[in-house]
Amino acid sequence: MAVKVEVKNLTKIFGRHVNRAKELLKQGKTKPEILKETGATVGVDQANFEINDGEIFVIMGLSGSGKSTMIRMINRLIDPTDGEVLIDGENIMKMDKKKLRDVRRKKMSMVFQSFGLLPNRTVMENAEYGLEIQGVDKETRKQKAGIALEQVGITGYDDEYPSQLSGGMQQRVGLARALANDPQILLMDEAFSALDPLNRSDMQDQLLDLQERLHKTIIFISHDLNEALKIGDRIMIMRDGEVVQTGTPEDILTHPANGYVENFIENVDRSRVLTAGKVMIRPVTINIDKAGPRLTLKRMRNNEVSTAYVIDNRRKLIGVVDASDVINLIRKNSSDLRSVIKTSVPTTHEDKPISDLMDDISQTGIPIAVTNDDKQLLGIIVRGAVLGALAGNEVKDVE
Amino acid sequence: MNNLPQLPLADWIDSFVNWLTQFTGFFNGVTNFIGAINNAFQWIFDLLPIWLFIAIVIGLTFYVNRKNQRWSLLIFEFLGLLLIWNLDFWRDMTQTLTLVLTSSLIALVIGIPLGILMAKSHVAEVILKPILDFMQTMPAFVYLIPAVALFGIGMVPGIVASVIFAMPPTVRMTNMGIRDVPDELIEAADSFGSTEWQKLFKVELPIAKNSLMAGVNQSMMLSLSMVVIASMIGAMGLGTRVYFAVGRNDAGNGFAAGLAIVILAIILDRLTQSLTREHTKG
Repeated sequence: MAVKVEVKNLTKIFGRHVNRAKELLKQGKTKPEILKETGATVGVDQANFEINDGEIFVIMGLSGSGKSTMIRMINRLIDPTDGEVLIDGENIMKMDKKKLRDVRRKKMSMVFQSFGLLPNRTVMENAEYGLEIQGVDKETRKQKAGIALEQVGITGYDDEYPSQLSGGMQQRVGLARALANDPQILLMDEAFSALDPLNRSDMQDQLLDLQERLHKTIIFISHDLNEALKIGDRIMIMRDGEVVQTGTPEDILTHPANGYVENFIENVDRSRVLTAGKVMIRPVTINIDKAGPRLTLKRMRNNEVSTAYVIDNRRKLIGVVDASDVINLIRKNSSDLRSVIKTSVPTTHEDKPISDLMDDISQTGIPIAVTNDDKQLLGIIVRGAVLGALAGNEVKDVE
Repeated sequence: MNNLPQLPLADWIDSFVNWLTQFTGFFNGVTNFIGAINNAFQWIFDLLPIWLFIAIVIGLTFYVNRKNQRWSLLIFEFLGLLLIWNLDFWRDMTQTLTLVLTSSLIALVIGIPLGILMAKSHVAEVILKPILDFMQTMPAFVYLIPAVALFGIGMVPGIVASVIFAMPPTVRMTNMGIRDVPDELIEAADSFGSTEWQKLFKVELPIAKNSLMAGVNQSMMLSLSMVVIASMIGAMGLGTRVYFAVGRNDAGNGFAAGLAIVILAIILDRLTQSLTREHTKG
């Protein structure tokens, strides 16, 4: 994947004596030492990372971790003290005002925590803002802003003022304003943090939906790990201005870099991150094209199960058989295993988060079958394995 | 302290004012310019029949309050203006109104850019703040002396003194309004690649509009409060009536003219306040 944004040694120091603080930082002094010696505060400490084209990159951290400073250095709302930000290989630090303005107009747009909508402008006029300052004619910008508003799902509010809309709607306008410019990069600064939980969840889903269609490079700031895990392709965790860990949601959950991250993920709702494919175990399978009732029963006895999953030569799931039915079959001296197959098996896709399976798991007696796109049986989910995974134990018996 | 020689502060200021008087050409130009604005307003008011003037004021009030009509204000305006007419203060009232409008207009044209400058530049703020304090707290009478020296007698020095006294609120409120624009809106404007001018005209000034209008309102009220003082150097109007009444110890006429000023003040105040509300949408 192509690298879209590259950050090298990015540093921001606030306060006086910035240069001396910078030297001290390079010498490896700690932040409290620097604060004591120079009175300067280190906002971001020599951060290095890359963001790929088309991914959602979440920068995660608590307040004061430097994440907001970080995102503002990417479009230079805050000028870094040191380091480079390369966008498509171009160093944004070296750009003059005009070039920078051009990049901000065409290449990246920002969405703000408190929406940042102009209260004296209507929804449509707000959405048009980015195009208006580029000097796009009225007709075109109205059309483009209209498309953007439609993409985020607000139509029919064009002439309302932001104060007349709910928080969720206002942020949709904020998102539409950013999308109207058709930027390659979206900077989202705690974009959903001001929304109530239901609205937030809606907006997250909508963002993922949009991303499926638009394939932007999205840099998303969040203090909510659940949000980060839900929407992030990759997550970077920051603490006190330092990058603690960068990785996929799974990396972070399964291999936390240190105690800080471990503490952090302790309270995470794992059910949203763990997918069916991650918690499934190997099932006892019977190939209908090869096995008869006797072999089936033997298999089940050896594995001490009362249910077996029936597949065909291509591993396609056909159904399940119960031990009691197989025994009856043998008593009747019949070899037609097909006649006792139950085809109504609870099934799920391997990518489904287990939070969506909770109801099914608690209701059905037999384990849920996990299949892939071709309906091939990959594994099954038993209650114990799910609880174990939620408790943080690794699922050992994965195929 | 008594052993020390007294500072010749008064002499210095005198010589400064004297030095200024050599720029007669410049001050004549300013006098003519301000005089022209003043005369233009006066010409319009003299041309308007009284009934039309009243109709326009009421119509204007009706228009700016159209979303939230205030009938009591309309009735007050109607009766108040009729009273001024009845007391035979009409021409004086229009002269006072002219003085107020001219000085407010000048205060606005100079004050708003100064306020913007002050909001944008820390240096400008540090320099302008004490000057504004000085302008506002120096007793207004004091301005009359150099004003006469530089601009002669009549409406113009009165207007100049009013402008000096009345401008600070416009500057301050513009400065405050722009500084109070939420950071996030400034960031939004910047992040979309606005130029400084675009940011000023599309974001900062529209958001600061209410604060700005409040400043204009205050400036107008302050310049109205100057009319009696300005009348001492020949600025005609209701102030002159009050001033004469003081000289003749004529309480009745003094109060009558004072009442006319109050009526004018209330009309101007409510009108500009409604304008502020008018721009608060949503």
